[in-house]
Amino acid sequence: MGKKEIRKEKIPVPERSARERIKDFKEVKLGYTPELAIEEAKRCIQCPTAPCVEGCPVRVPIPQFIELIAEGKFVDAARKIKEENVLPSICGRVCPQEDQCEKVCVVGKLGQPVNIGALEAFAGDYEAKVGVEKPKKAESTGKKVAVIGSGPGGITCAADLAKLGHSVTIFEALHEPGGVLIYGIPEFRLPNEIVYGELDVLKELGVEVKLNYVIGKTKVLEELRNEFDAVFIASGAGLPYMLNIEGLNLNGVYAANEFLTRVNLMGAYRFPDYDTPVFTGKRVAVIGGGNTAMDVARTAKRLNGVEEVYIIYRRSEKEMPARVEEIHHAQEEGVVFQTLTNPVKFLGENGWLKGIECVRMELSEPDESGRRRPIPIEGSNFVIDIDAAVLAIGQGPNPIVMEGVDGLDIGKWGQIVVDSETCKTSLEGVFAGGDVIHGGSTVIQAMGDARKAAAAIHEYLFEN
Amino acid sequence: MYRILKKRELAENVDEFVVEASEIAKKAEPGQFVIVRISKKGERIPLTIAEKDCDAGTITLMVQRVGKTTFHLSCLEEGHVITDVVGPLGKPTHLEKWGHVVCIGGGLGLAPVHHIAQGVKDAENRITTIMGFRREDLVFWEEKMKLISDRLIVTTNDGSYGMKGLVTDALQELIDSGEEINMVITAGPVPMMKAVAELTKKYRIPTVASLNPVMVDGTGMCGACRVTVNGEVKFACVDGPEFDAHKVEFDELINRLNMFKTLEGEALKEFQKKHCGCGKE
Ligand SMILES: Cc1cc2nc3c(=O)[nH]c(=O)nc-3n(C[C@H](O)[C@H](O)[C@H](O)COP(=O)(O)OP(=O)(O)OC[C@H]3O[C@@H](n4cnc5c(N)ncnc54)[C@H](O)[C@@H]3O)c2cc1C
Ligand SMILES: Cc1cc2nc3c(=O)[nH]c(=O)nc-3n(C[C@H](O)[C@H](O)[C@H](O)COP(=O)(O)OP(=O)(O)OC[C@H]3O[C@@H](n4cnc5c(N)ncnc54)[C@H](O)[C@@H]3O)c2cc1C
Ligand code: FES
Repeated sequence: MGKKEIRKEKIPVPERSARERIKDFKEVKLGYTPELAIEEAKRCIQCPTAPCVEGCPVRVPIPQFIELIAEGKFVDAARKIKEENVLPSICGRVCPQEDQCEKVCVVGKLGQPVNIGALEAFAGDYEAKVGVEKPKKAESTGKKVAVIGSGPGGITCAADLAKLGHSVTIFEALHEPGGVLIYGIPEFRLPNEIVYGELDVLKELGVEVKLNYVIGKTKVLEELRNEFDAVFIASGAGLPYMLNIEGLNLNGVYAANEFLTRVNLMGAYRFPDYDTPVFTGKRVAVIGGGNTAMDVARTAKRLNGVEEVYIIYRRSEKEMPARVEEIHHAQEEGVVFQTLTNPVKFLGENGWLKGIECVRMELSEPDESGRRRPIPIEGSNFVIDIDAAVLAIGQGPNPIVMEGVDGLDIGKWGQIVVDSETCKTSLEGVFAGGDVIHGGSTVIQAMGDARKAAAAIHEYLFEN
Repeated sequence: MYRILKKRELAENVDEFVVEASEIAKKAEPGQFVIVRISKKGERIPLTIAEKDCDAGTITLMVQRVGKTTFHLSCLEEGHVITDVVGPLGKPTHLEKWGHVVCIGGGLGLAPVHHIAQGVKDAENRITTIMGFRREDLVFWEEKMKLISDRLIVTTNDGSYGMKGLVTDALQELIDSGEEINMVITAGPVPMMKAVAELTKKYRIPTVASLNPVMVDGTGMCGACRVTVNGEVKFACVDGPEFDAHKVEFDELINRLNMFKTLEGEALKEFQKKHCGCGKE
């Protein structure tokens, strides 16, 4: 392998042009063809140290699956990934690879890293098309586990435990499973079909999913502890932070969760064929600089009647927590970036949002922590005319799951406190992982926690 | 399966449904609600649990037809299944032995008022219920409320039945009679609740209002149901729906209920184009 010249750039993933794709909600990326995938896979030099595996929170055997792709054994590649990650089509699309596996890729030192994400998605999609292998299931252990939440954390833990022969029931508050993958991340980035496909694995494993079931309301945690041998809490971070400035409750001001839930989960972009409306007017401002902000901005851009979409962020583009790729896509699609800008108040007329008053910011010298704090520039206030504003300034764990619970250790931001090795909480037989222990985090982090917890639960079930 | 076991029309544009939902019935307390969705393309709408029967495993919903989803709901018949029902949501009514409690409801507010009054009665209070309607033919649940209340006053705007006037007129009369009132609980159209709150504030009678802002998830996840109470932003679905009526910014709530009005109007028109006048397919 070493003799051959390595191509320095990634083989680009074919995607739809910005002009075409902002007219609908279909996926932006078209994905590798088998030929392109093989070509990209051949860029991997199969280095013996494989730092990429260390960079992956769930330790996917990256060089091995890439080699299988290079050999044209696509289905085998997918199954190799699934030894560690049951959701390749999802993670290949949404993981921040640039901060994980691809960040430490050896090829990346010579040029661009291997496009591990796109290869992972390719393998997952390919297997899904030809028919997914039936997952193997151990003999029944007679033990029962309850999982709260059907996001990536809940799905992964349920799948692992079911394979080990335990009987698993998932309780989900919403009318559809999938968590943020369904109600948050838009279809143009992660089509629902793909999530449904991965959820089918749960069905095959005999996992029961009880929808419309709010733990804390329909049943409380204590009841689950009595009815099941162990409980895994993966209820996510479904509590939106609000920006406490004047005019917050004017008509037209949304939290990102409401906006995205209306459009993605409830299908408001197909209103009135679907019943749920979303009001945007012509000009929409999105406040924040993370993945959620990009998703909202790009979603708004695709809605009927929307002419201008702004991202308002108080630091500079370099500090934005969103994935570089998402920032790039948003810019291509014509989203206007107002960085170093902070909202001061919402301006209204007869109860309806009409504008947002902002102030320009500058970044201070780095403080002890090395972070450059944004500070307002006095007298630089200005107004942007808008009809709708969406707050994407972060979220925390939703406390509803903890309602009526005694003895569960809760941290400063409302997160459930766990042992980092086992994801055990302070309550006997209760484990937790994903966004409910980190606040907002990532899909792969939730999966990593879930796998740890599943192993610990398995052990716990046999001790008891 | 959320099967409709019984359905009847209570008055013009008001339906009552008895729905199979045993786990919800087991937990439901006065003041709580469910969120329902009636088709795959449907909207999630909140409806109060007006009554529950744990033995039968049922809850009773009372629905006023005002828009697409509520009209569509009225097309469902006994034996049909409601796609999704989730609950019980919201905080239960805070109940204690106050003494004399006046429960005031109008229109869709009778659903919460019925269940709350039951709780108030169980907490050993004396109850006066005031129910307000526009006209005689719109009156419903009089017998049901009579069973719970020590005294029942029905008002109609035009005087065609009961006392002529608004619920606040009846309340004013009661206050003027010198009878002690320890607590007022009200639910219904927002302007009605606002008027009740303004009146009782003058006489310093503690008052609770059950608010009905637009909701989506009903679990504190989306923030659609924001209301301002005592200068603070609250999520009505988890912090309420009942709040100290003297501290609620009712005008803001009235405004927020209009947020989707134009779009909702379109949806209803589309729906009615495809269905006959009665709302049925
Ligand atoms: C708009 C947006 C974009 C994002 N983009 C990315 C990205 O590109 N890449 C990435 O890695 N991460 C991204 N994230 C973060 C990622 O989605 C989360 O970190 C991940 O989904 C967390 O998984 P989870 O299983 O812990 O929780 P969730 O996915 O939040 O799932 C929790 C589930 O539990 C249910 N639930 C909550 N409370 C209860 C209860 N009391 N009873 C029953 N059920 C309950 C919820 O309804 C939900 O379905 C994004 C997040 C958002 C909001
Ligand atoms: C906690 C709570 C309990 C409720 N209990 C009942 C009940 O027991 N019986 C009942 O008939 N109604 C109840 N409502 C109101 C009911 O949810 C709305 O009437 C319903 O959502 C209207 O849906 P639609 O599609 O038919 O009408 P839409 O076309 O969506 O709306 C028509 C008009 O109704 C108003 N509206 C819309 N959504 C709501 C809403 N969520 N709440 C109040 N008004 C709204 C708006 O002013 C709107 O313009 C309750 C609301 C809340 C928040
Ligand atoms: S309805 Fe979503 S937070 Fe209350």
